[in-house]
Amino acid sequence: MSEAEALNDTPPAVADEKPLLQISNIEVIYDRVILVLRGVSLTIPKGGIVALLGANGAGKSTTLKAISGLLRSERGEVTKGSIEYEGKSILQNNATELVSRGLIQVMEGRHCFEHLTVDENLLTGAYTRRDGNAAVNRDLELVYSYFPRLKERRSVLAGYISGGEQQMTAIGRALMARPSLILLDEPSMGLAPQLVEEIFGIVTRLNEDEGVTFLLAEQNTNMALQYARYGYVLESGRVVLDGDAKSLRENEDVKEFYLGLSSGTRKSYRDVKHYRRRKRWL
Amino acid sequence: MFVLEVFISGLLSGVMYSLVALGFVLIFKASGVFNFAQGAMVLLAALTFVRFIEMGIPLWLAAIMTFGVMIVLAIFIERFLLRPLVNQPLITLFMLTIGLNYFLEGLAQAVWDAEVHGLDIGIEDVPWVGLEQATGLLISMFDVISALIAMGLVIILSIVFNKTKVGRALRAVSNDHQAAMSVGIPLNRIWVIVWAMSGLVALVAGALWGTRLGVQFSLSIVALKALPVLILGGFNSIMGAIVAGLIIGASEKLGEVFLGPYVGGGIESFFPYVLAMMVLFWRPQGLFGDVIIERV
Repeated sequence: MSEAEALNDTPPAVADEKPLLQISNIEVIYDRVILVLRGVSLTIPKGGIVALLGANGAGKSTTLKAISGLLRSERGEVTKGSIEYEGKSILQNNATELVSRGLIQVMEGRHCFEHLTVDENLLTGAYTRRDGNAAVNRDLELVYSYFPRLKERRSVLAGYISGGEQQMTAIGRALMARPSLILLDEPSMGLAPQLVEEIFGIVTRLNEDEGVTFLLAEQNTNMALQYARYGYVLESGRVVLDGDAKSLRENEDVKEFYLGLSSGTRKSYRDVKHYRRRKRWL
Repeated sequence: MFVLEVFISGLLSGVMYSLVALGFVLIFKASGVFNFAQGAMVLLAALTFVRFIEMGIPLWLAAIMTFGVMIVLAIFIERFLLRPLVNQPLITLFMLTIGLNYFLEGLAQAVWDAEVHGLDIGIEDVPWVGLEQATGLLISMFDVISALIAMGLVIILSIVFNKTKVGRALRAVSNDHQAAMSVGIPLNRIWVIVWAMSGLVALVAGALWGTRLGVQFSLSIVALKALPVLILGGFNSIMGAIVAGLIIGASEKLGEVFLGPYVGGGIESFFPYVLAMMVLFWRPQGLFGDVIIERV
């Protein structure tokens, strides 16, 4: 971690301009009965990389889908709270409207169009754009400049490329929509550590060079906190902890529960169990 | 000479099967659903078309108006049937199309009637005189023209699917609904487009079949003829629908003429299914269907 990055560790709330995305106290219910999120609030500043951490089933994906408008097709519903993007409520907007306003989600598990070529996959991302073929083709080249590996495989069906290349295709496809905010769901899932680093590196470059803001849902806490500037920890559908990346990395509970580093004083399992029970955030 | 005649007339009738199969392929491509109601759509389109003509509306205007009716139908299907069922298992959607089939059959006959209507679209079912004089082959003019119409339709549809932005979006939707939604492709509009397109195909098929058989309830059974074509060609290939239609058409006629006498005739009606089944053993996705991509 460089010093420069540490300087960026200011909490987003104190930034003078309005945050790009402001989520206040949302509650999400699936199928009218299953309560998944219980009052989640997040602030995503413009130009930031914010990590959303937590274990399986904590509600990370649901939070992202609530933002991107994909929740409704899964019979989920935001029943309380508000989501504001660029200062306006987006609770009633569908995914198409949000994508054309620059908010796009890269789904967990990559979800490439297997029967379309890499080229065609990327071009589907430009569906909502109205600024003409020339601009779209320029951006296609831009995406290939970030992902040179994809350029070599541009006419291969996406079903036949490797998992890492599929993740790159999925991110590239989102970039083709010219987004200001990308919701990235588990980019590290099922990928080799080296590839994960490569992808996070590209995310950082996109953030710095293209000014794209990222909200990153990750189980790989260690990795996410290296690249994000701010983090929220979700547990059982609520935010239990938040802070800048550095303070989260040094937080005893994060170390204990998410990074697998214990402070060394508790040696026996009995102590650990006791500590964990005492520290349960509910 | 006789063999050649049988072969060519088989090919031409095969084009008519392709036309019906095409309607299935379109909807399957864009939603992954086998549209059981395609036959009923053929019936509805043909009945509407013939009744408009009987009202004294000129042919071309009647065709456009019928297409309009099919578009309205597509909008209704999307709004009231597909939208509430988004992200449901495919079997649910399939059952929906079975229901839709009966509904449309009833609707078509309730709004119009259940009589047999003669349809004359200005092409006569007579031998092509020029060809007969030149080569001695007896081929129906009507078959040739309907084959040309079908070919034209297929070329247009292939271009739309493979070369345009909307076509790319259609294929994306069929591949992965959710991912298509996540990149901002409006599913609702795509579905209306695709059902309207298959309505158009139903209209063309209905008009051509209707001219030959008369517009009547049995038109909806014609759809069954498309099943072996679909299995043979692959459910999601426009090209497959055409090639398989030709193969089925030619082989069933040749089979009837040459194999028929040994088993007492009448094999034309089941021969295509036998052929389709054999292809299933060898290529489960059909001749031109998307390869089944499996990753480990």
